[in-house]
Amino acid sequence: MPRKLMLTLIATAVSASCLPGCTPLSPWQRGTLAKPSMALEPTPMQDILSEHTHGSREAASAGSSSSGGGCGCY
Amino acid sequence: MNKPILTLLCITSAIFFIQTAHAVEQGNIIPDCKLNSLSDAKTTTLKQFQGKVLYIDFWASWCGPCAKSFPFLNTLHDALKGDDFQIIGINLDENPSDAQDFLAKYPASFSVVSDVQEQCAKQFAVQAMPSSYLVDRNGIIRHIHLGFRADEAGELKVLVEKLVAGH
Repeated sequence: MPRKLMLTLIATAVSASCLPGCTPLSPWQRGTLAKPSMALEPTPMQDILSEHTHGSREAASAGSSSSGGGCGCY
Repeated sequence: MNKPILTLLCITSAIFFIQTAHAVEQGNIIPDCKLNSLSDAKTTTLKQFQGKVLYIDFWASWCGPCAKSFPFLNTLHDALKGDDFQIIGINLDENPSDAQDFLAKYPASFSVVSDVQEQCAKQFAVQAMPSSYLVDRNGIIRHIHLGFRADEAGELKVLVEKLVAGH
């Protein structure tokens, strides 16, 4: 592999890893993610009712989505 | 073209997964980190508690299992409080007023301090919320417990009683 291309790849990799989006959150920094408004399904009870109604009318059940990230507490 | 892409992926993955924090482990001496009072501007350090058996508990107001652990910690404090044993609840909320609101709902009879600057959290390299560290009188970590479930309270109490008794 040409040296210039290798150096470009390394520089790109280092730059990408320095982006804030690539920084993993520490366990004690997940307070914002724990808020109900951050849940993927902020109204889980309503979604369960909707799915039940849908299944009853269509005689079929659709796949349900995940329950959200939550606080990540152990 | 596959080789450069593969190389890029390997380099990016390697950098991404490099662990820069060195977590404290069982057998290590506890870090001497600074802690702040929740009610005033006073500061303290963990070294000030040396000579006592310590139960250091990292918690936050948004952590459900932390709320469940407080009644157990209160019971433990009331049963074993004295010169030999101390529970230190270290709050990790970014906003100390969140901790105050939590304590209004779940009062604590043990000492509660704040680590707003995340100094202790980083030096301990806290890996879960809540995290508990049982420390003997020499400042050595004897047990690390991640999380809290009600059926673990008995085991924790036995461990604390053993340390207080000098084992």
